[in-house]
Amino acid sequence: MLQFILRRVSLIIPTFVGVTLLTFALIRLVPGDPIEVRFGERGIAPERLAELRHEAGLDQPLWKQFLDYEEQVASGDLGISVVTKQPVWTEFTELFPATVELSVCAITFAILIGLPLGIIAAVKRGSPFDYGLMGLSVTGASMPIPWWGLMMILIFSVGLGWTPVSGRIADAFYIEPWTGFMLIDSWFSDDDGAVLSAISHLILPAIVLGTIPLATVARMTRSAMLEVLNEDYIRTARAKGLGGMRVVLVHALRNALIPVVTVIGLQVGTLLGGAILTETIFSWPGVGHWLVESVQRRDYPVLQGGVLLVASLVMLVNFGVDLTYGFLNPRIRR
Amino acid sequence: MVTIDSGAIVRPPPGRFAAFWRSFAENRGAIVGLVIMVLLIVVATAAEVVAPHSPIEQFRSSFLAPPVWAEGGTGEFLLGTDDLGRDILSRLIYGARLSLIIGAVVVTLSLAVGTLLGLSAAFAGGLVDIALMRLMDVLLVFPSLVLAVVIVAILGHPSLLNAMFAVSIVTLPHYTRLVRAAALSELARDYVTATRCAGAGTLRLMLITVLPNCVAPLIVQATLGFSSAILDEAALSFLGLGAQPPTPEWGTMLAGALQYYQRAWWMLTFPGLAILITVLAFNLFGDGLRDALDPKLKR
Repeated sequence: MLQFILRRVSLIIPTFVGVTLLTFALIRLVPGDPIEVRFGERGIAPERLAELRHEAGLDQPLWKQFLDYEEQVASGDLGISVVTKQPVWTEFTELFPATVELSVCAITFAILIGLPLGIIAAVKRGSPFDYGLMGLSVTGASMPIPWWGLMMILIFSVGLGWTPVSGRIADAFYIEPWTGFMLIDSWFSDDDGAVLSAISHLILPAIVLGTIPLATVARMTRSAMLEVLNEDYIRTARAKGLGGMRVVLVHALRNALIPVVTVIGLQVGTLLGGAILTETIFSWPGVGHWLVESVQRRDYPVLQGGVLLVASLVMLVNFGVDLTYGFLNPRIRR
Repeated sequence: MVTIDSGAIVRPPPGRFAAFWRSFAENRGAIVGLVIMVLLIVVATAAEVVAPHSPIEQFRSSFLAPPVWAEGGTGEFLLGTDDLGRDILSRLIYGARLSLIIGAVVVTLSLAVGTLLGLSAAFAGGLVDIALMRLMDVLLVFPSLVLAVVIVAILGHPSLLNAMFAVSIVTLPHYTRLVRAAALSELARDYVTATRCAGAGTLRLMLITVLPNCVAPLIVQATLGFSSAILDEAALSFLGLGAQPPTPEWGTMLAGALQYYQRAWWMLTFPGLAILITVLAFNLFGDGLRDALDPKLKR
């Protein structure tokens, strides 16, 4: 097991260096000198520019600059936003809980709905329910998310007036950001109705962000269950006279869950990528919205730091999934 | 020796295409997908003939006209008009052309480069292989839309062309990995060794001996890649990082509907449906292809 972990770590390190190389290149490849961009339209005297470039180390050879950047990243310094003058790390930690909250709710929605549906479809294989569900699953995977989100707003917020259009909580409530998770913070606040307000703000974005994971989970559960249901031990269990429910839920599901859990773990990238669209549509103050804004404002340090953090996060979760998988399934440890 | 019952009709075995078609046609979804694809291609090629109006002509007398069946709609604008008085149906028809071009360009670009990189990695092995595959790992770590946004930012100014380039790079690792894996498994076969012993050069081995045998999974990936290219491109355009107005691109039309959709639902509904139906058609077709080309996966 230790050897397995070490091998995985040795794979993840070059990937991480590659990611930093890409984010390092990002700030140098974007049009315009980083110092000049900071001064914008006002312009800057050539001597002062040279001085500042020297201070920032921009007159050093590229490899030296890259090593400096690595050192900076390793010490947790991700630069400073050109627009707000805040450290990128501070902004990220303020916005990240909102994205986590949304993503957790989205994936919970996807699992709660997708898992049972996938199981039923596998058990009733070839039935109209199965065909219908698989049709819906392809449709979900083909969904243009911006449209889906806006249609939900059009129907449920504008048409029926059930949910608010944007934000995390009604303006009437002031919630002290304690954990950063609105559901928890509003739960502990004294305001009545704050929790309800937070839930009503969360529900549509969570459904929209969870749609593609839902399609994936349902499909994956169905095919994993189908595979397991064909195994000999299922026939043995049935032959022993065990009830249908027990065979499906205990014997089959437990073994079908391994690939499903892996797929769920790998949804983190999908969720963080999807957050860009969902957060933009619902004005959800999270990391995805922040990244899009940073491109529109040409706030490249934010884009650079934010992208590095998002990629590191995906890498870390994939690493965790890998380890769990290796832990659960000794065969792949080799 | 096989004896044939004298009464039986002896048919030649079905050709490869016939066998493929029989298996493909069993899948009703795949046929629906194929029909929609053909219709789309016809409409897109004949846009000038089919579209009732020009996609950018502004009818100043009818801003935000509702579709024909809604109250106040006219037969002149079947799906209504947008905030600038442009006919939505015509914009959708020209948009179909654009979407198909986007899909084709993105798939061609990433397929060509991915095949080249994948074959090189498989044939060269060693350091080249490791370097290329680690590079693909790095690209895969980024969520696809995040990477696309970064590439558009690097390229400087948002445009349809830059977005297409970005989406091509995002989908590149999938092709590279696929080709490498397929080529590696072919390389271990006897016929490759035989061809090599017969004196074939590396290039010939790569392109004429090995590549044709890796085509089946590539076709499937390319079809599914087509749909994700259209989706990603629309998403970028929606964020203002792809095609710019007044281009009749479906994602740009969605972005344009942002301010008006609450009172003009048709501005939002139809472009989105167009994207959904197109992507769905390619996905259904791709799934059908996969089942027909790869009997191993079929149940």
